[in-house]
Amino acid sequence: MTAAIAIEGVHKSFGSVEVLQGVDVEVQERNAVCLIGASGSGKSTLLRCVNLLEPVDSGRILVHGDEITARNVDANRVRRRIGIVFQAFNLFPHMSVLENVTLGPRKALKAPKREATDRATELLTRFGLADKRDEYPDRLSGGQQQRVAIVRALAMEPDIMLLDEVTSALDPELVGEVLGVIRDLAQSGMTMLIATHEMGFAREIADRVCFLDQGRILEQGPPERIFTDPVEVRTQEFLRRIIEAGRM
Amino acid sequence: MATAVISTVVVFTAIGLAVVNSPGWPSVREAFLNGEIFRASFPDIARAFVLNIKIFLVAEAVILVFALAIAVLRSLPGPVFFPIRAIAIIYTDVFRGVPTILVVTMLALGVPGLQLTGIPVSAVFWAAVGLILVYSAYVAEVYRAGIESVHPSQEAAARSLGLSRLQTLRYVIVPQAVRRVIPPLLNDFIGLQKDTALVAFAGPVEALRQAGIDEAANFNFTPYVCTAVLFLALTIPLTRTTDWLIARDRRRRAASGVA
Repeated sequence: MTAAIAIEGVHKSFGSVEVLQGVDVEVQERNAVCLIGASGSGKSTLLRCVNLLEPVDSGRILVHGDEITARNVDANRVRRRIGIVFQAFNLFPHMSVLENVTLGPRKALKAPKREATDRATELLTRFGLADKRDEYPDRLSGGQQQRVAIVRALAMEPDIMLLDEVTSALDPELVGEVLGVIRDLAQSGMTMLIATHEMGFAREIADRVCFLDQGRILEQGPPERIFTDPVEVRTQEFLRRIIEAGRM
Repeated sequence: MATAVISTVVVFTAIGLAVVNSPGWPSVREAFLNGEIFRASFPDIARAFVLNIKIFLVAEAVILVFALAIAVLRSLPGPVFFPIRAIAIIYTDVFRGVPTILVVTMLALGVPGLQLTGIPVSAVFWAAVGLILVYSAYVAEVYRAGIESVHPSQEAAARSLGLSRLQTLRYVIVPQAVRRVIPPLLNDFIGLQKDTALVAFAGPVEALRQAGIDEAANFNFTPYVCTAVLFLALTIPLTRTTDWLIARDRRRRAASGVA
């Protein structure tokens, strides 16, 4: 079976810093794969490469078998099939919640206003945000903002969702509501590539966990094995530090 | 509050007394503040001032659109757009560098002199074009500062939804940029209001030129004071509004906790 996402030997440098040094990851259809690793290990960069927000230097990325890193690919078309949610939410502050959610469908997919509004309202209701429809982002809590950001990405009806440390900027008491939404998505069979520091959560929902270290996938496997019986010394060290910090 | 009032009264009284008791005061008062001449020249100058207001309103509308176009062109990324960026940069450099009065007089006197068919020959028209060209260069820079102040993550969010570069500018970047630069934008328009007086040097009879005519007729400078009063009546409301908007902006930012 063709993987939903196949990342093959991807390299990416910023100036003289090689952030990704040959990364291979596969995400099967309807699976959730978690990327773990220290800050600066390249998790965010990898996600941004999959969404073509950053061009890769070498290697290739295939989505449902189509090479999206090829030269003549229309990046806008690719991005419409892949949703991304950012650590800092990145909602549009000058737009209401509804406008944030309908912008993509209306302008990129040319959906009629009525249809986009109905669909947005349906999604907002599903994620408990119906009463926030006409609020502006600065009136919402961090958790609510991040849920709106997830809804905004879902409104494009993507095949794949990329989540970039979506709970890292939240107060601890707000983390749960956002993780709940992602759990829902996983159960509904959304294909997801998730960069996260929430190890307990990764262990619970991931079909596969990849440990990224200095721009390389050092170790990957089922969550139970990675978390209880890591082979690589650096994975062991990373997990020990996480446990000491009380994050697992 | 009370302290402010007292110190204001003291300072202004001191300055007033110094001026009024100066040796040349009686002749200066006669030359600049002649009540009779003021009353006589006011209607003419006020009528001429309508032309200043017209030039200002038309120029302002054109500048708002034209300068935004220049700012957007200048912020296009990538090597393909380099020639366009270069043109935008040369434009802003040239028109911010040449004194406004030169641009206005050269256009207003020079272009009609070409005697080309099909283009306007009105000096007012070309003087207004001069003001538009100069002020658009300044306003474009204000817009550009606004565009660059929008965080790159906003562009990433918009592009990730599949919006094109142009759609991203139109729906996400420019609306946020414009909101942020309204106070400095109004500041430039205060300057434009005053500079409509430069049209006088190209011939058309607007307020300043009318004052010059009255001055020559009476050998008295009071008509200029009259013109100054009219300009103040126009610019002060806009100045106060701008300051109020800036203060409100600052309060809002403090309240929402974002810098």
